[in-house]
Amino acid sequence: MIITDGQRHTIGILVQNVPGVLARIVGLFSGRGYNIETVTAAETNEKGLTRITLVTTGDERVLSQIVKQLNKLVNIIKVYDFAETEFVDREMALIKVRAEQATRAEVLRIVDIFRAKVVDVSPHFYTLEVTGNEGKITAIMELLDQIGIVEIARTGKAALARSKKH
Amino acid sequence: MKIRGAQILFECLKKEGVEVIFGYPGGAVLDIYHEMPRHNIRHILVRHEQGATHMADGYARATGRVGVCLVTSGPGATNTVTGIATANMDSVPMVVLTGQVPTALIGDDAFQEVDIIGITRPCTKHSYLVRDVNNLASVIKEAFYLARTGRPGPVVVDLPKDVIQAYADFKYPKKVDLPGYRPTVEAHSGQVKKAYQMLKKAKAPLIFAGGGIVISGSTEELVTLANLIQAPVTCSLMGLGGFPATVADKDGGRRPNPLFLGMLGMHGTYQANMAISHADVIFAVGVRFDDRVTGKISTFAPNARIAHVDVDPTSISKNVDVDVPIVGDCKNALQQMIEIARNEPIEGVGELRKGWLDEIAHWAEEHPLSYCRSQDVIKPQYVIEKIYELSGGEAIITTEVGQHQMWTAQFFRFHRPRGFLSSGGLGTMGYGFPAAIGAQVAYPDELVVDIAGDGSIQMNIQELCTAVCNKVPVKVAILNNHYLGLPRQWQELFYEKNYMGSDLEGSPDFVKLAEAYGAVGLRATRPEEVEPVLREAFSIKRPVLMDFHVAREEGVFPIVPPGKSITEMLLA
Repeated sequence: MIITDGQRHTIGILVQNVPGVLARIVGLFSGRGYNIETVTAAETNEKGLTRITLVTTGDERVLSQIVKQLNKLVNIIKVYDFAETEFVDREMALIKVRAEQATRAEVLRIVDIFRAKVVDVSPHFYTLEVTGNEGKITAIMELLDQIGIVEIARTGKAALARSKKH
Repeated sequence: MKIRGAQILFECLKKEGVEVIFGYPGGAVLDIYHEMPRHNIRHILVRHEQGATHMADGYARATGRVGVCLVTSGPGATNTVTGIATANMDSVPMVVLTGQVPTALIGDDAFQEVDIIGITRPCTKHSYLVRDVNNLASVIKEAFYLARTGRPGPVVVDLPKDVIQAYADFKYPKKVDLPGYRPTVEAHSGQVKKAYQMLKKAKAPLIFAGGGIVISGSTEELVTLANLIQAPVTCSLMGLGGFPATVADKDGGRRPNPLFLGMLGMHGTYQANMAISHADVIFAVGVRFDDRVTGKISTFAPNARIAHVDVDPTSISKNVDVDVPIVGDCKNALQQMIEIARNEPIEGVGELRKGWLDEIAHWAEEHPLSYCRSQDVIKPQYVIEKIYELSGGEAIITTEVGQHQMWTAQFFRFHRPRGFLSSGGLGTMGYGFPAAIGAQVAYPDELVVDIAGDGSIQMNIQELCTAVCNKVPVKVAILNNHYLGLPRQWQELFYEKNYMGSDLEGSPDFVKLAEAYGAVGLRATRPEEVEPVLREAFSIKRPVLMDFHVAREEGVFPIVPPGKSITEMLLA
């Protein structure tokens, strides 16, 4: 299947935390030609259950196949497409930014505006931690880029439905 | 009392009713082989692990039970991949037990180590690496449960050597605990009603039946429904036999089933392809709208509204948009629909359908399946007709993949389910012969015939030894044209007759080869020799290889050129 339409979707997946489960999911996407933009996975409060948040692109047919194919995997307990429900999502980025004498103050101002944190300081760099939705991360990256981003590590999106338990 | 992992394995297999294992030993599984003689399970020693998987597959398709094979680690395991993928595409219940290096060595590139779970992940229904002997029993239980329920498929269980050597208490779990696996068996009654209303109003309805009919054992229901609503039926390759091509006559013979249109698709019948292209309602049951069926997707069934039943939701609206999706077991959906059809029958259905059935009959008359008969050379289709005739259509037929497979689908009129075993989805050359052995192991007294080509048969010819040594009296009919027939036909039609790579001159003398293996070899080079050779072969209670020298450049027709609509058939 060739993905033509680039609509983005956030998918929540609740899985049994058994060896190979992530490989099954990732393999499904690569084998069937689906895209993964970001993926996050970690164990939940319920022992043995992991929640995965995955961002993908595709038209309606592709997305419906993705959800159905995921559901078919034996270790997957629940799959939900967040397009069908209101949800909150956040991601965290660690951004190492150049911080010389002339630009330190400006970096700190941006940190303040975005409610980010400086988590590490060295003679020439600040490492910032910023949490928010994708728009916020993109915005701070754009501003910091003008000062000089050295490197960046993003977690990818984690999402939860707003209302009932999924 | 604690027992060894190897013994636990056999206790589990016995609980699952396993009567035969197709296998090949090696270092990692010798503990299992050491344990084997103490248990009343037949072992068929194969000559190549691929053969073991196809035998387990053939056994499973012929019986409906789970086929089991056992191989060692590394190359033993990788040799099963083609067989696993074959079974996966065609929804065949199978459990593949692979040996693995001891857990402590996994990941160290040990001798004969391979990540078979990783390799087979995309072509299995599920797989397990057993790391703890205490989980062995529940894994085996789950493996068989997964293999045979829902949409069946192959399950790989990887068994590290130290796990099968370790000791544990044996307790076979009563239930499986699979919170993420709940196949929808019961079809949604509202959807079934909707589908029936659609069929009721249809002017030109068509039932399109696939392998799901055979797997779910719903031939009887399909026949009942088709008769109730007087809808003609076409089958995919996998569906052949799921709807009887012939019906019993008063005088004990069989006559063509007036509601059966034959197979559809690339090599389908003219009437089937025309019917699906002119139908206004299609009721698709247990199919997945494979590209070999639909042809060019944008022009497929342009006038039809489609209701589609399948137990696997991913099969629905994957290739073709469906108006009424019905997730559920075919048998359940058909039973529900029959009940509705009985409660609100279609008034005067016989009269109502006359126009549509006449139109189809006209297509059938216009371009029936046919071939030019010959007094001088053996026509491959003629051999198939003779196999049909001499077996009364009762033989279990397997095929390899290629021209002979398509001719078999066209000219052998299958009238019962599980009588036609063929690799449909993956199209695996080399499938038919080992599959025939598997089927014959299940039914030692039936006539089992592998219809093969001279190319395909050489892909698993080594299993002749398996058939001879295990006294499995399969019959193989090689339609020998000294070509890879389908590639040659495509090259003739679409590649300027450039027969690069498809000429098989130089194949062995199959009669001598059979004899070298201790089987019987027979040859026919003229049409009048075909029947005597078949009669002789069918009377011998040993494996027989028949070498039919057939017309070299015979083609399979109709053929829909790749990328074309299924109405754009080349007819000769």
